Amino acid sequence: MNLEVPNKFKGVLKTAYTAAEVLLRPISRKYDVGEHTYPKELDILAAALSGANNASGGAIGGATSSREKEIPGAKKVLKNGGNMANCLNIQGISYGDVGLLLSFPGQGLGNAAIAAVSNDEQLKKFGKMWAAMAITEPNVGSDSAAITTTARKEGNNYILNGEKIFVTSGERADCVVVWATLDKGIGRAAIKSFIVLRSNLGMKLERVEKKLGIRASDTAAFVLTDCVVPGTDLLGNPEIDVKKGFGGVMETFDNTRPFVAAMALGCMQAAIERTREILSEKINLKDHKTPINKLKAAQAQFYRMEADYEAARLLVLRAAWMADNKVPNSMEASICKAKAGRVGVEITLKCVELCSSLGYSYKELLEKWGRDSKILDIFEGTQQIQQLIIARRMLGKGSSELK
Amino acid sequence: MAVNLASLVGSAKNKDLAKKFTAFNNFLDSNIGKTLGLRKGLVNTLYYGAYGGTKVAGMVSSVMSGGGAKADPARLAPKTPSDFFDLNYTEEQTMVQEALKQYALKMREAAEKVDEKFEIPDNLWQEYYALELAYYQVPESLGGMMKEKSTVTNMMMVETLSHGDLGMTLALYTSNSVLNALVKWGSDAQQKSLVPKFLEPKPTKASIALNEPSALFSPYELATTAEKSGSGYTINGLKNMVPLSSIADYFLVIANTKDNGPQAFIVDKNAAGLTITTDRGMGLNSAQLGQLKLDNVKVEASALLGEGSGFNYEEYINYSKLGWCALAVGCAQAVLDYVIPYANDRFAFGEPISHRQAVAFIIADIKIEMDSMRILTQRAASRAEQGLPFAKETYLAHIMCSDKSMMIGSNGVQLLGGHGYIRDFPVQRWYRDLRAVSIAINGVHI
Repeated sequence: MNLEVPNKFKGVLKTAYTAAEVLLRPISRKYDVGEHTYPKELDILAAALSGANNASGGAIGGATSSREKEIPGAKKVLKNGGNMANCLNIQGISYGDVGLLLSFPGQGLGNAAIAAVSNDEQLKKFGKMWAAMAITEPNVGSDSAAITTTARKEGNNYILNGEKIFVTSGERADCVVVWATLDKGIGRAAIKSFIVLRSNLGMKLERVEKKLGIRASDTAAFVLTDCVVPGTDLLGNPEIDVKKGFGGVMETFDNTRPFVAAMALGCMQAAIERTREILSEKINLKDHKTPINKLKAAQAQFYRMEADYEAARLLVLRAAWMADNKVPNSMEASICKAKAGRVGVEITLKCVELCSSLGYSYKELLEKWGRDSKILDIFEGTQQIQQLIIARRMLGKGSSELK
Repeated sequence: MAVNLASLVGSAKNKDLAKKFTAFNNFLDSNIGKTLGLRKGLVNTLYYGAYGGTKVAGMVSSVMSGGGAKADPARLAPKTPSDFFDLNYTEEQTMVQEALKQYALKMREAAEKVDEKFEIPDNLWQEYYALELAYYQVPESLGGMMKEKSTVTNMMMVETLSHGDLGMTLALYTSNSVLNALVKWGSDAQQKSLVPKFLEPKPTKASIALNEPSALFSPYELATTAEKSGSGYTINGLKNMVPLSSIADYFLVIANTKDNGPQAFIVDKNAAGLTITTDRGMGLNSAQLGQLKLDNVKVEASALLGEGSGFNYEEYINYSKLGWCALAVGCAQAVLDYVIPYANDRFAFGEPISHRQAVAFIIADIKIEMDSMRILTQRAASRAEQGLPFAKETYLAHIMCSDKSMMIGSNGVQLLGGHGYIRDFPVQRWYRDLRAVSIAINGVHI
């Protein structure tokens, strides 16, 4: 048993943390204040980093699937691989700025979907594009099986109609992977995803949202009105397979939950380190002997934050380690997202409090991390959705019983 | 593999057992089996589920005699640091764990009665001895099986036993904890005279006295003192929460010295000036907690653990804290495993209460925080056995285990509602036992 990060990831870590400190931190406040301004520095950075990021993908795209079939009888050789490297990389970049991480060109959630399920032709056509993902609707959030955007087959095309919100990088991306239903009456199995080019006149950008945090990242809303999409741009199997249903689309989230948890880790780490620097002038934060009840409240609070951060960090590594070794990790992915999501908010907000008015001021980035972290406990499955997934798994209950 | 399989299979009572034997025999024949040095006691528990005390007697390695020329004490070297992230136990560790799980089931059955009677029945002691855990702690040169340090194995053993019952684990494992301290810090003479007695069929019972009855207690501010007098020491002070107080043969008493800070002294139960009284508390009754009053207790210089060299008190405390973390994790897992079927079987408003998010989310939170406790404990233990610094990791793991295990203990009772408050159900016992996690440093030392 060993829970230390292997040396082979030192290169990944060095690149990520150097980029975070040298390139991202200096422009962090600029794009927080300048919401909706395109962070042009990222183009240079993305080009520089594209070689450094490991082969399995960049910031959040291109996860290796944890559900690949095992070869029966094959000897299992454990590995520390791409998922772990991705998590470490994401934490490092998010340590710089999580809003900027989400704005990395060419690394949208749609790219992950395209990488996972596209055929050769689609990969050729869309593989180099920046792809956003559109699932949420004004009246459909966590219950993504209930989406109302429709896709109607007409000749060789599909006609899409509906409204999509919370599309990350929706304004800046080249295309959007849109979820729509072929038949509302059938439910999950009829939900398909379509690649819609941003140049498609049937998909109109309604607005770009103003947000609590991650202001460097654009969040778009679209209206699709008789939007014509070529039949060949449907991702995956066009048939409605009631047996297989929703599994395919949801798998993407099993893979990406640890990545969002890793973003929360980066945010927490930034806040904890800055708070340590500020507080160290006043209190000793390296006393690992004195019982916690004999310490000053601020010291005790700081150690509790460190314990939660370390637990979240190790739980993320566990989920990634399982994925790297093809061990089904749906529950562990949810556990790390739940833990990192909740303590990410608690810790960054506590850091603001501990640093008092310094923490609250724009002169520091602490208050920004306090705002940025909140989204990480919401998107790609809220805290409560993670609890639901974990509880259903623990209790052996389906979605019809434990609602 | 020093197991007489022929004699074991002779006692096979049915085909099922024979089948198990064949499977096990095949296992031993495989390359993996040969590399696993499983003890006969574990083999008995794993494959016969029976107490194998008498069969074990002839197997004990030759007992080393005390005295003789001064030599370096035996120490377990740290494992070579791994450069591979891996949460799996080794195959050997898994086998040991399987045997302990079976024993833990028996602990669970007996636990409430033991808690009320304040005493572990003889048959459970005998079956515990038959597991021969001491062999997984003692270096080869002292008659054990260990080639290198394995804090993770010790952690796993404590956690697995604690899943059966926390209080009983404290009682049973306290002697093993003293043994760990002797292996880590004992002098050559102390090791040669005391360690072999833990490998006998009826091993030594020994315990640790560290906690003191004071509010905001810190192990770094001990009131108990050991003053030099003549060639030895005179110890004065008051210790409490001491496991096995009425039946231990001797105690490791931690006392402050003028020149070298806190040190551990081996104090015989019959030492003049030592008064032992019971010190019953909120829980942990099966551990037979007691109070030790040391009134001018005189010990020889040879009673000082390590005899003046090598003892590291801060590390000593950290290994004890890790032991308590492992106790907490095992017990928290017991709570989780208990409330799941309860919430599924208990009906209210026409459906199982587990169908309500207010109930189900508490169970999800227990799982999330228990995993947090376990993974921090695992990291600290794995760093310790690799010879890496582990003070900070232990400190953080102990904070997590202190905070979250009590939350889990409390929610265990809450989920059962009124039933949780009744002593027919184990959650009230876990609630009482888990309160000790952030308080006690005594007793368990991995």
